[in-house]
Amino acid sequence: MDLQLDRICHAYGDTEVLRDISLEIPQGRIICLVGPSGCGKSTLLRMIGGLERPSAGRVLQVGEPPKDSLNPLTYVFQDFALLPWRSVRGNISLVLEDHGIKGAAADQIIEDVLARTKLSDFAKALPKQLSGGMKQRVAIARALAVNPSVMLMDEPLSALDSQTRELLMDDLVALWTRQPFTAVYVTHNLAEAVRLGHAIVVLSRRPGEIREVVEIDKPLAERGYGDRDLEEVQKHLWTLMRDEARAADEELLDV
Amino acid sequence: MSEQMKPQSGIEVRFRGGGFAPKSRRWVGPLVFVVLIALMEWGTRSGWISALTLPRPSDVLATFQDLWSTGMLFKHLAPSLTRLAVGAAIGASVGVSVGILIGLSSYIRAGLVPLVAAIFPIPKIALLPLFVIWFGIDEGSKYALIAFGTFTPTVVATYGAVDNVDRSLIRMGQSFGLSWQSIVRKIVLPGAMPGILSGLRISLAIAIILLVAAEMLGAEYGIGAYILEAGSLYDLERLFAGVVILSLLGVVVSTVIGWIERRLLGWRI
Ligand SMILES: Nc1ncnc2c1ncn2[C@@H]1O[C@H](COP(=O)(O)OP(=O)(O)OP(=O)(O)O)[C@@H](O)[C@H]1O
Ligand SMILES: [Mg+2]
Repeated sequence: MDLQLDRICHAYGDTEVLRDISLEIPQGRIICLVGPSGCGKSTLLRMIGGLERPSAGRVLQVGEPPKDSLNPLTYVFQDFALLPWRSVRGNISLVLEDHGIKGAAADQIIEDVLARTKLSDFAKALPKQLSGGMKQRVAIARALAVNPSVMLMDEPLSALDSQTRELLMDDLVALWTRQPFTAVYVTHNLAEAVRLGHAIVVLSRRPGEIREVVEIDKPLAERGYGDRDLEEVQKHLWTLMRDEARAADEELLDV
Repeated sequence: MSEQMKPQSGIEVRFRGGGFAPKSRRWVGPLVFVVLIALMEWGTRSGWISALTLPRPSDVLATFQDLWSTGMLFKHLAPSLTRLAVGAAIGASVGVSVGILIGLSSYIRAGLVPLVAAIFPIPKIALLPLFVIWFGIDEGSKYALIAFGTFTPTVVATYGAVDNVDRSLIRMGQSFGLSWQSIVRKIVLPGAMPGILSGLRISLAIAIILLVAAEMLGAEYGIGAYILEAGSLYDLERLFAGVVILSLLGVVVSTVIGWIERRLLGWRI
């Protein structure tokens, strides 16, 4: 299933947030969204997943989602959004229960996603007993459990320290290599964008418009920490963003 | 940094952390009681507290033993506990349900919050005659008074607790396509539980207060009736014996809620 954004515009009252965003999200690719703070990235992501309505324009699903997908558009949140009163296993079974998956069938899915996110030993732990990186892995496991056809990730690694972030990026690449998934990945971190993105969409400051779409052809598995060619791309992204970011900053000061 | 660290002259950094974290200090509570009671006993015996101001704790204890040995204790306690349990159960369960509805629906909120605000400050005791007419002089009016008194604080605590449930968790539930019932049952209710339980502490204390009021009319037996009778006869020993029973009841209720909190809210940091 592909996704298509068709001339999306949005305003909160008098504040125009997004302007004329048209974008293809082809199956099996990771699209990174970068842009200065407040340009509407999170808003756009909420629209893609149907949590919010755009003032104008549409989000279209092209093609059928796979039959076995319980929740085609699935989020991974920046603040993990785990239920603190449920164990790791309980947090994952939460999203299966409503689909009538219980007992052995649920156990099988839960064991599988926990193994894929290297959490098998922590099935009974409560969120308060886990580190930030582990919590985000639980959130990723929960997303994988519903077999999403598109993962919508809003700065999933920005609450974590840089070492954990590197490790989790490797985990994401490994997950994708094993079974390519479609993702829209919002981030502030250009290094993350060039490591994970097949295409990087640069938004302007508010109102967010697409400034440029940068494609990276190098396969994900071959990208590494501090690759020369990736750094070139990252530099290019930064020159695109710098002026926008500075201008956005000054606008806030003017308020 | 290869050389040996030698103690330098200087002032050690003053410790200023600590505190503000409740620790279990079991012996302090009982100690306060023991000291107070010892003081009263000593004061009444030595005479600087006159017998009219305070009864002697040992006399109260004797009255208590008397109550126990004649079997009157249970004759009074049983109806009171029933009234308390039935009234508080009705008031708290209706209160929690209404509070959740207010928390979830903006129409119900708009309609009921002003009503709750209007009945909260009414001294429910003042309505006892009305309840007697509505529900009869028997148990009905007593249940109603206690239920009504526990209802309002429970509602207010509950909808406040629902309002405080982390919206991002609800958003998460929606994003995974959970049904409305699932979101309420699995996310809103457990998330509101800490607030609901601390509201229940207050509501149940109010229920005990109202127990005495409820037994003002048409009750032959009951702790409240016992206290009121002792009060009108100016029998301080019996009055205090009754009051002590109510206090113990309060301690028991508070302990039970604390126990439930530990069982149910172990997930809190
Ligand atoms: N519910 C809302 N009501 C009114 N304004 C909103 C609302 N949500 C977001 N905004 C405004 O819309 C703009 C875009 O917000 P959004 O959260 O999408 O930005 P963002 O690009 O995700 O920013 P960041 O990088 O800081 O996460 C901001 O100026 C914000 O103040
Ligand atoms: Mg954002």
